[in-house]
Amino acid sequence: MSHEVVLQADVAGVHGTAHHEEHHHKQSFITKYVFSQDHKIIGKQFLITGIIWAILGGFMSVLFRLQLGFPDTTFPWLETVLGKWGKGGHIAQEAYYSLTTIHGTVMVFFVLTGGLSGTFANFLIPLQIGARDMASPLMNMLSYWFFLLASVVLLSSFFLETGPFSGGWTAYPPLSALGQASDGSKQGMDMWLTALVFFVVSQLLGGLNYISTVLNMRTKGMSMTRMPLSVWGVFLQAVLGVLSFPVLFAGFILLIFDRHFGTSFYLSDIFVAGQILPHEGGNAILYQHLFWFLGHPEVYIVILPAMGLVSEVMSTNARKPIFGYSAMVMSMFAIVILAFLVWAHHMFVTGLNPFLGSVFVLLTLLIAVPSAIKVFNWLTTLWRGNIRFTTGMLFAIGFVSLFISGGLTGIYLGNSAIDIHIHDTYFVIAHFHLVMGVAAFFGMFCGVYHWFPKMFGRFMNSTLGNIHFWVTLIGAYLIFWPMHYEGFAGMPRRYYDYSGWESFKQFISLNKFISIVVIITFTGQFLFVFNFFYSIFKGRKVTNKNPWQSNTLEWTTPIKPLHGNWPGEIPEVYRWPYDYGKDGVDFIPQTTPVGEDESVH
Amino acid sequence: MVSAIENRGRIHPHKFVLWIAMASIVMLFAGLTSAYLVKHSFANWMTFPLPKIFWVSTFVILCSSVTMHLSVISFKARERKRYRILITITAFLGVAFAVLQLFGFFQLEDKGIKIFGTGSNPSASFLGVITGLHVVHVLGGVMALLFQFFRAYKKRVKRYDATPIEITAIYWHFVDLLWIYLFIFFSLTR
Repeated sequence: MSHEVVLQADVAGVHGTAHHEEHHHKQSFITKYVFSQDHKIIGKQFLITGIIWAILGGFMSVLFRLQLGFPDTTFPWLETVLGKWGKGGHIAQEAYYSLTTIHGTVMVFFVLTGGLSGTFANFLIPLQIGARDMASPLMNMLSYWFFLLASVVLLSSFFLETGPFSGGWTAYPPLSALGQASDGSKQGMDMWLTALVFFVVSQLLGGLNYISTVLNMRTKGMSMTRMPLSVWGVFLQAVLGVLSFPVLFAGFILLIFDRHFGTSFYLSDIFVAGQILPHEGGNAILYQHLFWFLGHPEVYIVILPAMGLVSEVMSTNARKPIFGYSAMVMSMFAIVILAFLVWAHHMFVTGLNPFLGSVFVLLTLLIAVPSAIKVFNWLTTLWRGNIRFTTGMLFAIGFVSLFISGGLTGIYLGNSAIDIHIHDTYFVIAHFHLVMGVAAFFGMFCGVYHWFPKMFGRFMNSTLGNIHFWVTLIGAYLIFWPMHYEGFAGMPRRYYDYSGWESFKQFISLNKFISIVVIITFTGQFLFVFNFFYSIFKGRKVTNKNPWQSNTLEWTTPIKPLHGNWPGEIPEVYRWPYDYGKDGVDFIPQTTPVGEDESVH
Repeated sequence: MVSAIENRGRIHPHKFVLWIAMASIVMLFAGLTSAYLVKHSFANWMTFPLPKIFWVSTFVILCSSVTMHLSVISFKARERKRYRILITITAFLGVAFAVLQLFGFFQLEDKGIKIFGTGSNPSASFLGVITGLHVVHVLGGVMALLFQFFRAYKKRVKRYDATPIEITAIYWHFVDLLWIYLFIFFSLTR
């Protein structure tokens, strides 16, 4: 702890000696809630920004589902709200593509990366490993402000004359590189790129901090193998992010040069809008390699924190040790390594060498092994547990269900031969929405419901929470399950209107059904939003330091911890975090020394 | 796993952050140079000799690493005056490196090789973007040195903690090595 004094000198209330501890410096509203360097406040800032983004991103999907479900119906209010983008009560074509693009960008990057890992890495790492704050609170604060800046830039692209970017969230050139190619690729794309560059900066600042905090600032006795799995999850996602975001950044830099400085990294022999472009010698596939080298790890950046949160909540509420702790950690490691070796499975139909393709098939299918290990470990943790069905626990179980149903279809898609038929169809949409979209959302909900008492000192209403759970789970399956059939029939993604195709006309009523469920499920999310904000101020107060009878360190802090987390000394850790139901004792916190007659785990 | 705990106190967390940041920068350049390799294997790749002045800039950045190293030594020996002179020289050499790189590109332009703009070949553009990004990283190091420089001239507060200057030095040697790597890489993959 030799560095604690150096690093935490600026943390108010921490003076190293015991009698000073209760004294807390007066802080203004600005330094306490706005430009805060307290990891707990920063976590909440990420969470609330993420919630706002999720509402916006979800609403975008409602809008484009209106077009898909009711292509012939007019909604006059659309014109009132959207102006020329909703002319005649229909979503305009450019608006439709913008909405799908920004929906993807927002959900993947701003909600499930920024909102999920930003919230829980910030909030949980110092609390669960026993640190006063992050290694660099200043960098941590900057990470949030870069995130917010990115958000503002992306959001303001909606108010451009030519509209936001509309070439898909993957932003493949040449469409994304040439302003003449589409309205969205004009200024909208510049703002999209700017926003994403700020976002990458935010992720790197955050990620550096998470890694060095976990490796350097654990309390006495907290060895790596005694860390809760939630910390492992966010730690490994940070490793993935720090190593893969720079590569995306490299891809973006080349794209910016192609857009504005006349280079030809990605462009060659292009004829657009009646005009031959001078670009020669570029290669569009190069961008796809750079993009997916981040893009694939990105899905694990999204899912690893969710896996960690779910493991922690599940063990606590099943009143059983997590099954196979070291297998859980090893499989997360395996996922991190494999994540870097599978990117080309997104590119099977780009003319990739079939031999190379078969190598990527093998590596992709290998990911099923650690994933299955994790699933079996969750199921065996549940098996014969004394399950308490708290809302957090329901979402944890829902996560496993979604992860299985979405994960199994990954085995289909990972085979290059089958992928020729189902690539870029609704099958893909169904697959990744279940396995990384909704599943990661469930991980996030599970975390919010479980740690809300620690965040705000109050509980969320569990009746509303349970209704929210069932609406979301049933809704998610009703939305995405039918899409598998559409995908098998070859229905391509991203189309504006399917009624012109004989083969897809059969799905008109199915599409209508999906759209109706989307509206209901989206509305159902306001149960959560209301519950969240209402409970911050009016929820049932927490009266017990450890309301879930949990073992981990965050529950040894006061109900509303100040900056610095523990008054007095940071507790010492003597055991792993999963001693539930050991020797007939319901739970033994990590701070309890190992007894004489007790075996160390 | 025990070793991680025993190590506590040996490596300063800020230094540790720098090491991870350097890993991240390595990934950035690994991404770019592998894109270069991929592009290199396609048709339409223009070959041209590297500007001669790159040898001079390489020599300059190597010298700057030496002066950087000496300045850390003099800081630890509490020889304030020498330390100030040495970091000033280092910062100047850093700027000189950036200017020399720029002149390298002027040389190429004189030979009719377009780096950017219409008619530029990806081969030259890659050289421009990668070296340009590297210069940006060098200038980042110069900024850090300037920060140390103003600290060193503060009259009232005297600092004896060597960590900040050590961190700057590690980063400085890192961008130096990065250039050596890039220079060899470009020379081998013409």
